[in-house]
Amino acid sequence: MNVKRARIVAVVVLLGLAVSLGGPTAAAAQGGPIKIGLLAPLTGAFAALGKDMLNGTELYLDEVGRQVAGRKIELIVEDTEGNTATALTKARKLVDQDKIHVLTGGLLASTGYALHPFADAQKIPTTYPVMASDDLTQRKPAKWVVRTGWATSQPMHPFADWVVKNTKHRKVVTIAMDYAFGWETVGGFQRTFEEGGGQIVQKIWTPLNTNDFAPFLAQIKPDADAVLALMVGRLALQFMKQYEETGRKAKQPLLGGGTTTDESVLPQMGDEALGAITALHYSAALGTPQNQKFFKVFEAKAGKIPSYYSEACYTGARWIVEAIKAVGGKVEDREALLAALRKVEMRDAPRGPISVDRWGNPIQTIYVRKVERVGGKLQNTVIATMPAVSQFWKYNPDEYLKLPLYTREYPPCKAC
Amino acid sequence: MSRRVLGAAVVLAGLGVIAPFLPSYPLTLLIQALISAIFAMSLDVLLGYTGLPSLGHAAYFGVAAYAVAILAVERGAGFATCLVAALAAAALTAALFGVLAIRATGTYFLMITLALGMVVWGLAFRWVSMTKGDNGISGVARPALGLPWDLAMPLPFFYFTLTCAGLAWWLLGVLVRSPFGMSLKGIRESESRMQSLGYNVWLHKYLAFVLSGLFAGFAGALWAYYNGFVSPVDVQLVTSVEALLMVALGGSGTLVGPALGALLIVFLKNFVSVYTKRWLLILGAVYIGVILFAPRGIVGALRAEATPLPRGES
Amino acid sequence: MTTEFWVTQAFNGLSYGALLFLLASGLSLIFGVMRVVNLAHGSYFMLGGYVGLSVVWRTGSFVAALAGGALAIALIGVGMERLFLRRLPATQTLGQVLMTIGFALIFQDVALLVWGGDPYTIPVPSVLGGSVRVGGLLFPSYRIFIVAVALAIGAALWLALEGTRAGALIRAAVDDAEMAQGVGINVPTVSLLVFALGAGLAALGGVIGGAFLGVYPGADFEVLPYAFVVVIVGGLGSLPGAMVGSLLVGLLDNFGKALFPELSYFTLFAPMALILALRPTGLFGRA
Repeated sequence: MNVKRARIVAVVVLLGLAVSLGGPTAAAAQGGPIKIGLLAPLTGAFAALGKDMLNGTELYLDEVGRQVAGRKIELIVEDTEGNTATALTKARKLVDQDKIHVLTGGLLASTGYALHPFADAQKIPTTYPVMASDDLTQRKPAKWVVRTGWATSQPMHPFADWVVKNTKHRKVVTIAMDYAFGWETVGGFQRTFEEGGGQIVQKIWTPLNTNDFAPFLAQIKPDADAVLALMVGRLALQFMKQYEETGRKAKQPLLGGGTTTDESVLPQMGDEALGAITALHYSAALGTPQNQKFFKVFEAKAGKIPSYYSEACYTGARWIVEAIKAVGGKVEDREALLAALRKVEMRDAPRGPISVDRWGNPIQTIYVRKVERVGGKLQNTVIATMPAVSQFWKYNPDEYLKLPLYTREYPPCKAC
Repeated sequence: MSRRVLGAAVVLAGLGVIAPFLPSYPLTLLIQALISAIFAMSLDVLLGYTGLPSLGHAAYFGVAAYAVAILAVERGAGFATCLVAALAAAALTAALFGVLAIRATGTYFLMITLALGMVVWGLAFRWVSMTKGDNGISGVARPALGLPWDLAMPLPFFYFTLTCAGLAWWLLGVLVRSPFGMSLKGIRESESRMQSLGYNVWLHKYLAFVLSGLFAGFAGALWAYYNGFVSPVDVQLVTSVEALLMVALGGSGTLVGPALGALLIVFLKNFVSVYTKRWLLILGAVYIGVILFAPRGIVGALRAEATPLPRGES
Repeated sequence: MTTEFWVTQAFNGLSYGALLFLLASGLSLIFGVMRVVNLAHGSYFMLGGYVGLSVVWRTGSFVAALAGGALAIALIGVGMERLFLRRLPATQTLGQVLMTIGFALIFQDVALLVWGGDPYTIPVPSVLGGSVRVGGLLFPSYRIFIVAVALAIGAALWLALEGTRAGALIRAAVDDAEMAQGVGINVPTVSLLVFALGAGLAALGGVIGGAFLGVYPGADFEVLPYAFVVVIVGGLGSLPGAMVGSLLVGLLDNFGKALFPELSYFTLFAPMALILALRPTGLFGRA
């Protein structure tokens, strides 16, 4: 009796699942809505960044009335929880069940590497507005992926060059989060900085779940001229505060990767952030009319100032829409859509002019920014502008690609 | 016995027949559910049959997954090598941890397994030269078994996983119904009685611990191949706790219950998150609701209804 | 390695340990009296920080934030204990684990809903903002403050446990709940008080920690393992154990990160496993 009953339950459950899953799968006929799938972390530790990504995407789609080339745009958002395995499952759901035409989003580098083979296997046109790991468009590019964001070391080469030419810092200590994003930021800086005559005298790597930086800060060599920091989100917030506490800032000013002072955390910082100099392909304080306008509408929609993540997804959404326009709305022709995505050029994005290189990474302006207090609020004031920077900077791409990817060990720290 | 085999065959065959009609997304969810089912069943041996609540079961799952990823990606090892190494790594880890944990009972056992699970997590997270730390290891290719079907495709991999899960189910079923399994249940009910009957209680518990770890490792190895990606998330506390939930939801000490629990949790997580961003809230409520309203789990409740008088075993 | 290195790192370890004590002493007490393995304890820490943050925003007072955070979370703890955990038999360890993790997930989502996902730090009074110079070394005032608070709380708890009637009741309940009930002690009331105290202390830690560790989603599960390590090392239900354990974990963590960065968690967890192997009940625990 009991076994029978359990068996009946099992069969019912299975049938139920089969019905609920196997439902209508008819492909969307041409002329139906164009479906864009967005992967973003809406829960978990990265939820605030995911919200910025979502807001940026929606803002642009709303501006064009959620319509392009006579077809409606439907945005389908899936929560990745900031977890790569989940992101992969959700990507499959978007492609397979929702029949999206373009896949976009993603936050963590590992998600990028995991999506690469997926995009190629599914032949689904995919864009990465945020994921920045160098090799995604360098040594391990994917045919079906176009990066509309940036490569991690892209701002760091020109930044190191700027530091050599415009400051007296010659001996620099780096302190960075211990994962690919940190390694590539430090690696890019180190290469150009040392070629320009500077020296990295110490590299400190901090675990991603650090909350007390004291044991790391106490190790910083006292004879260094400056400290280069790479932190993200709440780590940036705590790092700044605890760095200030050590009383070093006067003698060893802070340099950094862009996220260290990104607008996603800058409003929560205090005077401790003042004077930090960082580099990125965006600053919310850019004075261009395009950015001023974007800043205003974003603030009105989201109730907070735009971060680089917001701009990345705003411009990322526009990128997709422009490509769809270029193929006349015929998104069913995936090869044509991919080709169009690889040809997009913008002169008036909030971050500045953008074009794409042959590896699928943007060529764009890099800004050196300094944290200042303007009108009572902290901002990343742009103090230097380098136009049309490629992910290879001034290096020859072929020779560049023969060198290893920047890691913890590469380039080696000769002066440590 | 034969009725159980028949039931199992019906369920497995049913899944096998339905599969070709499913689109690839629900199919991949089923693959996830099958792997989670192996993981949950392995925990059931410990929790349901031996009465030892492990809060660090993800350790063996994760060690095996990392073994596969490291060997396959860094050394280009084949499927057989990877699988054997993964199972060995999981069993060895369990053998080592068992020595430390088996002495304790109840809450202390829970705490010690939690702590040992954290040791493994700490290594996955910080031993960057070995595990790549938080980046995780990506690029684990599906195994090439010399079969005519490409396991990179969802359907063949589903059948592969289904076979593995069926095998694990059968082996674990044999185990828990063997004399050894019976003595485990005896230990669960009364350790002192078994002791006085002359059983080596420590050894029984220890063997159950290692075997449970071994099967968790089997699930971990499959997981590495399924995702193609391994990261510290796979060994974290929440992964261990989720396995406990699967066992509790389905009904501990029943094997089929945890498998059903795994299926329900995997589908719940993926469906609820489509409709609401607040799925964590719902998952949390499920945890609490299961404990308050179905403390014996689904299968446990069904069997209790059919047999009102508890017979001392479920 | 200079003397400066050792002194600075030891001080950092001490101050981190002091914060851990606030977090872990409550967990240990709750376990001692009720045998509850509370996986929502890290959530009390995080929620305390968030409530403290809101109080500071409204009132501008750090002291009010400390009180408000601790009180609000103590109430949440009371609700959890009275309405849910009490319905489980004490032998239902697994049920407690699943139920408390369920609460942890719910708290995580509620925090996201109410405070958004942005990270914050709690502003502290300027008197605690600077540093104290001793013999050429800088010691941040706020860390000295944390150590002072932990010492004060530790002393107060010890005095209360050893010197007052309520303390005697708690100790009796820790030693043997059934016996205590038998001699007429109202164990449910004692449990409730201890739960409130434990949750409140963790929240206090959250407000104090919120000023230099920050308040952010995910903090709950980040501090939870630390709290467990402290309690496991020190022994479940033991106040001196929580003190020694916090100090030990704070120092091990600090020196481990500074000296062996690749194995920094191993240097924390391996000694713990060793202690467990030799003394399964921890340094000060009783079976």
